[in-house]
Amino acid sequence: MTTPSVRVFHKLEGLFSIYKPPGVHWKLVRDTVETNLLKGINAAPPPAPRQRVQFLAEPTTVVAEGSNELTLSAASVPALAHHPLVSGPEFQHIGVGVGHRLDVFSSGVLVLGVGQANKALTDLYRSHVTRDYTLEGELGMATDNFSHTGRLIERTTYDHITQDKLERVLAMMQGSNQKALLTYSKVDMSTQGAYELAVKGELRPDGKSPPIMTGLRLLHFQPPHFTLEVQCLNETQRYLCRVLHEVGLELRSTAVCKGVRRTRDGPFTIQHALTHQHWTSPDVIQAIRQYRSSRKASKAKHTQPGKDTGTASQRQEMSEEAAVTGDSHRLRSVLTSKAFGS
Amino acid sequence: MALTCIQHCQRCTSLLRSRSVGIITLQYSTDAQHWPAALWNSFIVPVLPSVLQRSPNPSQTRERWNLGVRSYCESHAKVQPSQMKHRNTDELPGTDMVSYQNPLSHQLIDGGMLLKEWQTALDLDDAPGHSALEEISHEEAVRMDIPAALPPVSISLKDYVNESETLGKLVQLGVQLWKLEQRPNVSSMLLRLDFQTDVTPRLVFLKQLGVEDSRLGYLISHNPFILTESLENLQARVAYLRSKKFSAESVASMVSRAPYLLNFSVKRMDNRLEFYQQQLGLSAQKTRDVVARLPRLLCGSLEPVKENLKICKLEMGFRENELQHIVTVIPKVLTANKRKLTQIFDYIHNTMNIPHGLIVKFPQVLNAKYLRIKERHLFLQYLDRAQYDPAKPNYICLDKLVSLPDEAYCTEVASATLKDFELFQKTM
Repeated sequence: MTTPSVRVFHKLEGLFSIYKPPGVHWKLVRDTVETNLLKGINAAPPPAPRQRVQFLAEPTTVVAEGSNELTLSAASVPALAHHPLVSGPEFQHIGVGVGHRLDVFSSGVLVLGVGQANKALTDLYRSHVTRDYTLEGELGMATDNFSHTGRLIERTTYDHITQDKLERVLAMMQGSNQKALLTYSKVDMSTQGAYELAVKGELRPDGKSPPIMTGLRLLHFQPPHFTLEVQCLNETQRYLCRVLHEVGLELRSTAVCKGVRRTRDGPFTIQHALTHQHWTSPDVIQAIRQYRSSRKASKAKHTQPGKDTGTASQRQEMSEEAAVTGDSHRLRSVLTSKAFGS
Repeated sequence: MALTCIQHCQRCTSLLRSRSVGIITLQYSTDAQHWPAALWNSFIVPVLPSVLQRSPNPSQTRERWNLGVRSYCESHAKVQPSQMKHRNTDELPGTDMVSYQNPLSHQLIDGGMLLKEWQTALDLDDAPGHSALEEISHEEAVRMDIPAALPPVSISLKDYVNESETLGKLVQLGVQLWKLEQRPNVSSMLLRLDFQTDVTPRLVFLKQLGVEDSRLGYLISHNPFILTESLENLQARVAYLRSKKFSAESVASMVSRAPYLLNFSVKRMDNRLEFYQQQLGLSAQKTRDVVARLPRLLCGSLEPVKENLKICKLEMGFRENELQHIVTVIPKVLTANKRKLTQIFDYIHNTMNIPHGLIVKFPQVLNAKYLRIKERHLFLQYLDRAQYDPAKPNYICLDKLVSLPDEAYCTEVASATLKDFELFQKTM
């Protein structure tokens, strides 16, 4: 029997992204979102109170001679066992799952899933979607945990660093990451198919791999501050802080990370991520609907008539992803599953 | 309904082991409306329904009833004697463990109701004469009232709420039984209460105190033990508070906002009032105001308060009179989380460069959320409007920075749109 609360819960089952503020543990964020969603679900009007029938014997005031009649009257009394104050609210727990986690220091897009959509979340987690980060660095310092909140170890000069030196170092790092990608994707580079994939930038590692950066770019350089944009796979935020440290070392100086901000996680961009004022059920329902309609629109745009082989449909998904995110991804067939896309 | 018959059966079979007749006493109530609320909570004893209706032909039904009891007894005679050790002695006043050798005959008048007792000679070796499948006349069947079979042990109050008067009335008051049953031993305590003798006097007392009807449910949901506190103690504590010149309305508001207040002894409350007056150095009237605004100061432990005061004096460097002013405006500072308090103060004083004097003028900033202060300050800094010095032009009031909702803040303080603020939040 679907009550209004259950209907609200079904509307909430889907994937959506939120913006995690810095300095907060991801688990606290997830718990806050769950509490807010529960408030919204339990705010729906409760079902009608149930009644039960109780038979009461009427007092035998008039006793006819010789008759032992006993009349019973039926009374409908409320069944308190199903009262919300006795049985509690309908929903006391909902399963809110987290996609790729963010540590306390970093901020950015965090993908959450509710209820049945958690299955799609595990598939998303395992598939090779890339993530976009914006790293802010500062030259001239080295700390023990590679971020500006750690214990200072070393101070260096950075006057000799120019923009083209920095870009040369970044190009070298990107080259080595590209080689690693080729190795881990386990394709034979002498074949035509592998060449085409590599040209389009659709190569992905096959199975487990260490963190690989598929794209690295300098956004802003004003010594001692600089900003990098990174697209990577299988990374941790700690690794990205270490990348900045290594950039400093390559430049014969030192650098620390002042901020890690995730701007994209797979198909979820920062544009539609919900800030903490909007972590409520109506906003989340709207975000889920928006994501689903955007997936449907992009799928409709890319459907081609005629024969559709498996690889061709996958390539379509990648190209439609490219349209959404600006670079192409190979998403597994999970994207065609109902739980994730529809 | 502490049924003693089964215990007697056990005793008979395990102790006697001889062919003797055990005198069984049954207690039953003639009033179908009122159920004495006493249930064994941890003793696996099959509870037999004990409500029988007065019937014009009692002998036949009595026969069958007793034989039913006997066959039930026999079937449960194999109950382990070890279970008897777990018997808890917490019984309803007035129901005694009756020795099987001395048939007790007493009549209790409980709330205008009669408790009668039947003595039946039960021969354990007799073969049952009437079987349960025997046909009875229609009138007899109608007369026989089958009361509800309540489980002897349950994890939830749902099974008893339909039959128990106390629980039903508590639900009508608005008490959240589902939360209370998660606390250990509370549900057994509630079931043992009698509504007329235990609960009603205390509810009347609270009403006379001035607590509103709508708050009674909240009070009992958070502090069910107010129903077991003796009335003399409650009256003594209220008298003490009145003697300390708390007005009647403030006592009522304190009790409704701090449900555990009246469970604490006079000595403890006195100790705390003295501590606050001494440590803060406030006058009697001001101490009263502070405690009336935050009554849970009288309930909790004093150690966190002492630590918070130490932090304010030593780490933050507030002077005595500054601290007094802060506490009178925001008493919550005394019970705030130390880590959060120091984090907020550190950000306000060291990053936003706000001097002590200005913080004392607007103590609300110490009560705000750290994330909110940080976001709003960084937004103002981005717009080059972060100026908190009252002497200079374009001064931003700290009070407005912290207490306004987002829309009002954006339009009045930052002169920007809400969308801009949200976009800025995503760049942090």
